[in-house]
Amino acid sequence: MTDLPLLIILGAISIASALGLLLSRNAIYAALFLVLNFGVGAVIYLVLNAPFIAVVQVSVYAGAIMVLFLFVIMLLGAERLSPAENPPGIPLQRPLAIALGAALFGLALYVLFARQPPATPSPMVDSSPAAVGQSLFSTYVFPFEVVSILLLVAMVGAVVLTRNK
Amino acid sequence: MDSTSFVALLSAVLFTIGVLGVLLRRSALLIFMSVELMLNAANLAFVAFAHRWAQLSGQVIVFFVMAVAAAEVAVGLALIVTIFRTKRSTNVDDLSALRG
Amino acid sequence: MELFILSPILFPLLGLLTNATLGRRMSERAIGGVATLAAAGAFLMCLLMFGQLTASEEARLSATIAPWISAGALNVSLSFLVDRLSIVAMLIVTGIGALIHMFSVGYMHGDERFQRYFVYLNLFLASMLVLVMADNFLVMFMGWELVGLCSYLLIGFWFKNLKNAEAGRKAFVVNRIGDVGFVLGILLIFVTFGSLRFDEVFARAEAQGEALAGAIGLITLLLFIGATGKSAQIPLFVWLPDAMAGPTPVSALIHAATMVTAGVYMMVRASPLYELAPLTQNIVAIVGALTAFVAGTSALRQLDIKKVLAYSTVSQLGYMVSACGLGAFIAGDFHLLTHAFFKAALFLAAGSVIHGMEHGMGAAHGAHVDPQDMRHMGGLARKMPITFAAFLLGGLALAGVPPLSGFFSKDEILVDAFKHNLLVFVLLGLSAVITAFYVGRQLVLVFAGRPRSAAAEHASESGWLMTVPLIALTIGTVFAGLFNFPGTHPLTDWLAPVVRHGEAPKFEPGLAALFTVLAIGALVGAWWVYRHPERANAEAEAGLGRFLAGGWNFDDIYRAAVVKPFYVASTVCAQIIDVAVIDGTVNGVGRLFRVVGGSLRSVQTGFVRNYGLVMLVGVVVVVAYFVLSAR
Repeated sequence: MTDLPLLIILGAISIASALGLLLSRNAIYAALFLVLNFGVGAVIYLVLNAPFIAVVQVSVYAGAIMVLFLFVIMLLGAERLSPAENPPGIPLQRPLAIALGAALFGLALYVLFARQPPATPSPMVDSSPAAVGQSLFSTYVFPFEVVSILLLVAMVGAVVLTRNK
Repeated sequence: MDSTSFVALLSAVLFTIGVLGVLLRRSALLIFMSVELMLNAANLAFVAFAHRWAQLSGQVIVFFVMAVAAAEVAVGLALIVTIFRTKRSTNVDDLSALRG
Repeated sequence: MELFILSPILFPLLGLLTNATLGRRMSERAIGGVATLAAAGAFLMCLLMFGQLTASEEARLSATIAPWISAGALNVSLSFLVDRLSIVAMLIVTGIGALIHMFSVGYMHGDERFQRYFVYLNLFLASMLVLVMADNFLVMFMGWELVGLCSYLLIGFWFKNLKNAEAGRKAFVVNRIGDVGFVLGILLIFVTFGSLRFDEVFARAEAQGEALAGAIGLITLLLFIGATGKSAQIPLFVWLPDAMAGPTPVSALIHAATMVTAGVYMMVRASPLYELAPLTQNIVAIVGALTAFVAGTSALRQLDIKKVLAYSTVSQLGYMVSACGLGAFIAGDFHLLTHAFFKAALFLAAGSVIHGMEHGMGAAHGAHVDPQDMRHMGGLARKMPITFAAFLLGGLALAGVPPLSGFFSKDEILVDAFKHNLLVFVLLGLSAVITAFYVGRQLVLVFAGRPRSAAAEHASESGWLMTVPLIALTIGTVFAGLFNFPGTHPLTDWLAPVVRHGEAPKFEPGLAALFTVLAIGALVGAWWVYRHPERANAEAEAGLGRFLAGGWNFDDIYRAAVVKPFYVASTVCAQIIDVAVIDGTVNGVGRLFRVVGGSLRSVQTGFVRNYGLVMLVGVVVVVAYFVLSAR
């Protein structure tokens, strides 16, 4: 597997940027860490032979969504953040959160490694954007239309919610 | 360890970090970003397994997840803006009116 | 045709609807006029029907409005029947009822609930007509209950005084006890004969009387329990003396024309059944005679002018019931008829006296006295001559002095008793003497001597609205004996096709002479004793007098045996079971949830992140379950 060293490097960057997001004191920095994380994700998709997803990742996630985030942060002037801390009334929030996170992670590891999948060779498939589009508009045309309605609803909802009365 | 397993492991790590972010950060904005991180982690796993089993469906589902995430962010940010107008804060701990 | 048959009911119904809806805008005279005309109209229709019934012996008018209950074998229709028996009762009810309506216009003048009074009065009349005109037991029961309701409404008419409201309640409750017997009797009739129509039931009873003797005995006994409630017999007569709480014309209506005659009418109607139950007959005869005696003696020591009359009604009802028990149903019905006249006359005269006393009180500006207490009266004969004449003639009729109506009807019953049952005869004979004595006592105390209070001093005769009915009833009192005059006995002949009866009544000159002498002797004796009216003052204070004045203390017995235990049980229910058990359970459940909720509410921190944490717990548990169980 020639990809593995590259993936390890990308993974390290990805984890580091995620931790940066988790620990950041500034919302702008946090957003930028996330952009970095998404960018790395796009590269990983490319490595995993998913060019269409990689492009969508960059344009939708790293582009549109994160710009929206930055825009809202600046609009509200909410860059400065207090560090993660226990609010009054829920004293065990942090230890419990860490313990449960660890438990979840343990379960994931167990699923991934305790049960070895059968090693079948993976035949190459055509995963070009054209093939993905073919699939979207044939097999998955109904969910696709549903998603379009969902987006319309979200758009109207956002407009209604933020309208000044 | 092959690349699929590694990416799955990476996905688990990122997901856990996202969970911690949701549970530990007080800023609604940061919580949202953490949710995005979790979604992204799930996407990574989807793509990895799609690659492993040579299935296109994994990638199609990722596409849908992204669409849903975009919708969610649009509405979520609208909510944050609205709440901020009345509360002058993005701190979710200030929104404890449901306390019993 | 059907409308014609129903018209006696429809007239009062129309009257009460008019008064109930438009009465608010009508004057007193208009309201009273509508109600009285409604009653008079009903009387007129009854007369027309009477004319039709004279055509032949078999003539009868019947009308079915609609099927009422149709369930399995039970088929009851809302149907009415006018035959020779019911027309007699209808004429009494509507005729005397109309006169009482008219009297009421004067008596109730100025009452704040004048309108409602006449609505009730019309309803009473209509209810009684439903009872009398019923063609099956269930419709009769409907009328029976309606009459009970009306008596409750009217006895407690002046309910602002608690005593009156209690009297109404007592009448209702005591009647209800009798009703239970009546209902059970009706159910048993249906079970036994498979029908509730009078003619079918009686025909079947006659056809298979021997085989069903036991059931018929039980049925008649249960029906008699109903009659003891409505017709105020031992042991359920206690409500009637208290029923004086209502306005006096209502007392007249209850005592003379409606209500109390219902029980007697029902027994006469069911005479074919009673004929088949000799044991019940004996019980009925003895209960009636005992009632006549007990109530008669109780009347001896009453001081309230109306209470004397009330106990005398109970006593006279005893005669009627006893007559039914002796098999002399027609004699009982005859006494019902004459009693209706003279008791209505007496009550209306008493009402006129009370009215005069109240006016006297107003005119004298004197100290307030009880206008019904005979100790404050005296000398009213000169102040109220018409009232006095009515009261005198009614009283003499009640005492059984010839040639007034009461003499003939009572004599008929006594003759029957003499022939069939000596015990009953002795009791009824004694009661007759006692009756004459208390009538004499009342006449002397109220009308003779000098006025004993300022109110009596200034009393004056009532207006024409009250005296005209009085005069009419007095005429009836004098001549009602002709209805079954010995020798010709037209009433017996009239009823013979419908009602069971033994031989035609015979006139026994010896008995008649004996009782005439006894009655006159008792009247003179009463005058001799009470020519010093102060003797009445303290005679009900202690000992036997008190026992009699309390109606043989039946009320006390019931209070101790029934009311007290019931009250205690209610208190236990209210104070212990309700408060501790039921409230405790309800409140306990509430407290439980409050405690549980209180301890759980801290879970709801209100912090979004905390909820997320709990969600994560769920996620971990579910994922762990699937992962570990899929191994």
